[in-house]
Amino acid sequence: MLQRIYILVFLLIPLFSFSQNATLSGSVFEESTKIPLIGATIVVQGTSNGTTSDFDGNFSLPNVKVGDVLEISYLGFLTQSTSVQNFNEIIIFMEEDAASLEQVLIIGYGAQKRKEITGAVAVIGKQTIEDLKPQRIEQAIQGQVAGVQITSNSGAPGSGLNINIRGISTNGDNRPLILLDGSRIEDLSVVNPADIESINILKDATAGIYGVQAANGVIIITSKKGKLGSGLKVDFSSYYGIQETTRQIPVLNATEYGLLINEARANGGQSPLFTDIGSLGQGTNWQDAVFEAAPVFNAAVTVGGGGQKSRYTFGASYLTQDGIVGGDKANFERITARAAYNVDIVKDLKFDASLLYTGTVRSGVLENTIGSVLYNALNNAPTFSIRDATGAFSLAEGLGNEVINPLAQLENTYNEGTVDRISGSFGVSYRFLENFKIETRFQANYADVDGFSFSPTAFYGSGKVFNIERNSVVESKSIFKDYIFDAFATYEKTFKEDHNVTLLLGNSISQTVGSFSGFTGFDIENNSVANASISQATDVVNNFPNGNASFDSRLLSYFTRLQYDYKGKYLFSGLARRDGSTKFGPRNKFGFFPSASVGWIASDESFLENSSSIDFLKLRASYGIIGNDRIADFGFESSLNGEGVYVINDALVFGSAVGTISNPEIKWEEQKTLDIGIDARFLNNALNVTVDYFNRRTEDLLVTAPVSGILGASAPGSGPPIVNAGTVVNKGLEFSIGYKHEFSDELKMNASFNITTIDNEVVFVNSENAFIPGGSFGVGQDFPSRMEAGFPIGYFRGYKTQGIFQNQAEVDAHATQVSALPGDIRFVDVNGDGSITVEDQTNIGDPIPDATLGLNFSLDYKNFDFLVYAFASVGNDIVRNYERFQPLTNRSTSFLNRWTGPGTSTSSPRVTTAATANTQFSEFFVEDGSFIRIQNIQLGYTLPNKFTKKLKLDSFRIYTSVANAFTFTKYRGYDPTASSGAPIGAGIDIGFYPTPRTFLVGLNVKL
Amino acid sequence: MMRRNTKIYTIVALIIGSIGVLSGCSDDFVDVNSEDENSEAFFNSEQDYQDALIGAYDLLQSSYINVMLGEIASNNTLAGGESAIDVPGIQEIDNMTHTGVNANLRDVWNWMFAGVNRANFLLEFKDKTDFPNRNEVVAQATFLRAYYYFELVKFFGDVPLAVDKRLLFGDQNTVERTPASEVYAQIEFDLLFAANNLPVSQAETGRVTKGAAQALLGKVYLFQDKFDEAAAVLDQVITSGAYILIDDYASSFENTNENNAESVFEIQYSDIEGAGFGCLQCSEGNVAVGFNGIRNFNGPLFESGFSFNVPTQETYDAFTDVDIRRDVAILNIVAFAEANQDFNNGSGVSFTEGFEHTGFFNRKYIPRVGDTNIGDQNLTNPNNYRAIRYADVLLLAAEAHNRGTGPDATALNYLNQVRLRAGLDPVSSTGTTLTAAIYNERRLELVGEGHQFFDLVRTQRAAQEISGFTVGKNELFPIPAIEIALAGNRWAQNAGY
Repeated sequence: MLQRIYILVFLLIPLFSFSQNATLSGSVFEESTKIPLIGATIVVQGTSNGTTSDFDGNFSLPNVKVGDVLEISYLGFLTQSTSVQNFNEIIIFMEEDAASLEQVLIIGYGAQKRKEITGAVAVIGKQTIEDLKPQRIEQAIQGQVAGVQITSNSGAPGSGLNINIRGISTNGDNRPLILLDGSRIEDLSVVNPADIESINILKDATAGIYGVQAANGVIIITSKKGKLGSGLKVDFSSYYGIQETTRQIPVLNATEYGLLINEARANGGQSPLFTDIGSLGQGTNWQDAVFEAAPVFNAAVTVGGGGQKSRYTFGASYLTQDGIVGGDKANFERITARAAYNVDIVKDLKFDASLLYTGTVRSGVLENTIGSVLYNALNNAPTFSIRDATGAFSLAEGLGNEVINPLAQLENTYNEGTVDRISGSFGVSYRFLENFKIETRFQANYADVDGFSFSPTAFYGSGKVFNIERNSVVESKSIFKDYIFDAFATYEKTFKEDHNVTLLLGNSISQTVGSFSGFTGFDIENNSVANASISQATDVVNNFPNGNASFDSRLLSYFTRLQYDYKGKYLFSGLARRDGSTKFGPRNKFGFFPSASVGWIASDESFLENSSSIDFLKLRASYGIIGNDRIADFGFESSLNGEGVYVINDALVFGSAVGTISNPEIKWEEQKTLDIGIDARFLNNALNVTVDYFNRRTEDLLVTAPVSGILGASAPGSGPPIVNAGTVVNKGLEFSIGYKHEFSDELKMNASFNITTIDNEVVFVNSENAFIPGGSFGVGQDFPSRMEAGFPIGYFRGYKTQGIFQNQAEVDAHATQVSALPGDIRFVDVNGDGSITVEDQTNIGDPIPDATLGLNFSLDYKNFDFLVYAFASVGNDIVRNYERFQPLTNRSTSFLNRWTGPGTSTSSPRVTTAATANTQFSEFFVEDGSFIRIQNIQLGYTLPNKFTKKLKLDSFRIYTSVANAFTFTKYRGYDPTASSGAPIGAGIDIGFYPTPRTFLVGLNVKL
Repeated sequence: MMRRNTKIYTIVALIIGSIGVLSGCSDDFVDVNSEDENSEAFFNSEQDYQDALIGAYDLLQSSYINVMLGEIASNNTLAGGESAIDVPGIQEIDNMTHTGVNANLRDVWNWMFAGVNRANFLLEFKDKTDFPNRNEVVAQATFLRAYYYFELVKFFGDVPLAVDKRLLFGDQNTVERTPASEVYAQIEFDLLFAANNLPVSQAETGRVTKGAAQALLGKVYLFQDKFDEAAAVLDQVITSGAYILIDDYASSFENTNENNAESVFEIQYSDIEGAGFGCLQCSEGNVAVGFNGIRNFNGPLFESGFSFNVPTQETYDAFTDVDIRRDVAILNIVAFAEANQDFNNGSGVSFTEGFEHTGFFNRKYIPRVGDTNIGDQNLTNPNNYRAIRYADVLLLAAEAHNRGTGPDATALNYLNQVRLRAGLDPVSSTGTTLTAAIYNERRLELVGEGHQFFDLVRTQRAAQEISGFTVGKNELFPIPAIEIALAGNRWAQNAGY
């Protein structure tokens, strides 16, 4: 097959050119349907020499010479330019404008004109992706689409981002279904964003045609394809950038630290530790030592083209990115290569195939946990130097068992995860008897995931949990294979001119299998990573001693959809899908999920048809039920894959024990979504507005909830069961508005704004439990987050505070608060029973924003282009949890305002080494996480045509940009956009790896 | 052209064919079961029973926290650790300020019930498949269930009782707390069955024996003040001749002298597998040992630890100078440092003082040099826990005779055997004086082994010995508040909490 593609490539390269004036004839077609376009304008650039295409799409234009550039334009389609190479008849295929109402969007087993779509669909075109230069696709979505929230659990290279469409609807997996050219993908890091043609986001119940896993919305990614009737096109882009941290958390310097420690010890009845404060000075700034400027480099090339019946694309890319913490020890490297080929074997029989290879290599440092690199940088004492007199890394003595020298930690970090992934897809469709089309598609992925880590012998200080006396190496290997096999038939007919009917019937099967293996070995020679491998280790242990290290999950689906419209004005679509999943037991395997939507294009009615102000007005509504099965396999049956190990005759004996507690009754989680929306365009399509109201009600929420200890879920290798345990409602409004204006040929602007409000409320939680706890705060403290009826999911539960006790009289006057002394935080006696107990813990905030906003602005002037993209979040809270509060660990500068006597502070408590309730989870640790982030500022310059022509290029653009330029926030931590993806336990900051600020320079060349 | 058409027809046929294949795909396609063995289809061979039994033994290792809390809650030791907020659950128990929110008490609850459920898994299916020594396997399981329930009833009083059936998901909404007396009755029943069906000695080290079942039964009787029943069964252990007090007391807690002739029941630990803080109950090592260790220690014989569970000066002083047990049970770190000034070419011994530093450490259970130190080395110490020692049996028997129908002579005989081994003169008191002597001897003989708090409670001496102890409240620990909630908020909390 490849050979044949190569031959095609060479055949299509134009070989000869002439230089004379002559008449050029050709024809213009719509690319996707191959229907001739009537009335397209064809003009020789820079002249008034032009014509329009006739009824068959044909045109002839006299007085053209080789090297002239033709501009072909048509309403609703992107204007094309092509240079005249010879006087053979040319065929132009016009591509729809992504913003146009005529654009055809993929809606699942079919496509529909944007105008006629009755669901809530948002589109991001390739222009936006090209503008943003994301390392990952999620970054291109951030702030662009109403109702879609992107958060990161880490700014480390290659780390994932969380995508939430219309709020947190489940305590389980909130990820939307992501399809790349129809192939399901879980990890977006495998895709090179420069390969993307468009991203469609289905937000409401009409996504239900995709059935299971579409409950959290669907993101449909279409990759770039070669163009019919174009010569060989080469697109090269590259950028280089420097990343840096946006912020350091201000912590005490050595002098401030010394004073605080002495004071805390005095309050705890201990003698001062530092007798000569004056000699301490500034001390060590650990954050300076840990953060570094880190490079990022990307290069991508795409080659594509097509004849009249076939199109082809090849692409390759390379990305390497170091971390701002850890440098090359946090490196991410990605290589992609892809090939796609589409051919019309005969008029009605089409074939397409694509192949994608992605290789990634990722290293990482310990992050977002107690004892992580940044946590250590924040908590290590400024009085310690980085290295001692002998040049060795200093030990972090006296700072607790978890806080160690972060630079020593980095030096001893050796790990690497390698992913090799190959995806292939084939599709065939056949149109017959005019109205029928049958299609089948097969897609398969194979991924080989290898892990390596080496833990050298290391000593960080006495009693440190990170001390390693015996070095070890871990090697692991996982293989994942999956396929989806779809077959469907479409019947399309217009009755009595005005009644348009499309009926779809189809089915789909998919299977994913995976297997895991891994070994740990010890005693690597010379304690050197160079020797670290299992083959050179002793006492090798199999890391999967119990149970089967493999899985097999499958789906079987049947679906049907009826679309009907009357005169393209009154629109109806109804669909139903029956899904069967291996995740559920025999009684609950199958679910039936219907949905329906209606639309009315009011602007086509006679009373609006000639309106000068309204160009387009559509009202639409949808309602439907979608199922969700994103849970672990085999939760319905009790398997002996737990850990039952005991020592008999001084040797380990491996027995049998029950694994995760089973629940035979688990069934489909159901999401009932109502959407009512308006799409409108005004001012000659310059202004477009979309408004949506949505109400998503998730019932029978699938949750892994803590259960009563009497069930034995705490046994080694066991765990709590999956249960259907609640109802969550997300409702809100989405509003987006876009405006474009051409002041002149040379000055154009484009602005868009979107806002989404989300009101999240847990309506019901499995009444026996009343709530589901989660998250973690401090060490040994109770769960800080909860899912509980009447509150937002994952709200923070702790003590409300009411200033600081100023004197003993205030302590005495207050409800009994254990160990309270003047200078301590005053907790509110919420239930008024006269004493502060766990009963007084209450809602003290939640991590869910009240509103998220996006604001995008671009301006083109002559050959310069400029853009600013921003997004914001309002009303989300973040828990400050990056301070260890050991007697000698460092603290943030907010403690400079601590209480030291009556009247000295009403917000920051006294410090003491004695037992204190001030570290109990309370409002003291909850901060407003609202922010506005300027996500991208970019300035580009495109070489004028006359130069590019000389260079034989289609275009040449250079640019510079700043990503993550500024963040305006009151939050005191690194990054208010950071959040763990967990629905219960989100918004707790243990020192997130911040998203870097990146300065880029780059170029795009097309030839 | 002909050829081309054939090709097209072939492709069209393929499309139609694949639609046909898919349509024909029956619902069976999604009938997939786990490749792991299903727990409900198990117990088809002796090996299955043996494997499940190992699973039931596993949770014994997690009882390290019970042992620590039994000391820390008592007058023997202070919580220690790094600071006043190091493991708040342990600190609160030391101060008798613990509430229903206590992660360590929840561990006791969760892990002991996990053990109960694993024993009940085997016992639920005990009649499914027969094999020659099935009763002996079942007897090990009933012992383990009794062991776990005894821990639960000591800590929490009334607890849900499940006999020969697992508590399955859903049961938490209906099961009630069973009165402690009924739980004790089941424990006695299980131990009697075990005693009647277990051999005096086992070929494999670590397995439960007849003597272990009898000794535990005697202790269980004593906890209910059933002195005569206790005396009778403990006497059987003593007269069996299976156990002796070993002469070399000094070595009895060393790793080289595990499962010795004095050991009636011993929880087995190993250092050959790693462990982490994320799952302490998964460790095959004795987690308490690392927690008890000398903070930041660098010197001979021992290794570093987290300085929890530190004996008080009063405990140290409770021993007379001639008592050979003092320096085996309690490490006087200052004296030790002085004696080892030559260590490491004269740089000597180093350590740091943790929270509530007393200068003493629980020497019976602190890390020894020489283990494999597989990470996390603080969690993987191999020191076996001597759960029931013959000395303990003798003192239990002495108490049973003294407080029961007697005679005191038997009690004195047992007591003086223990004293003699300790290098002390025999005593000859009777009546309540003898009772007090036995109590004192129990404390000294068993210090650091996790018995003291429960001994003080069952003999009504806790209030006078433990500061902060509230009568009518602190005899039991609170049921973890979250556990009450997770069981549907139906259970009453223990009195006073």
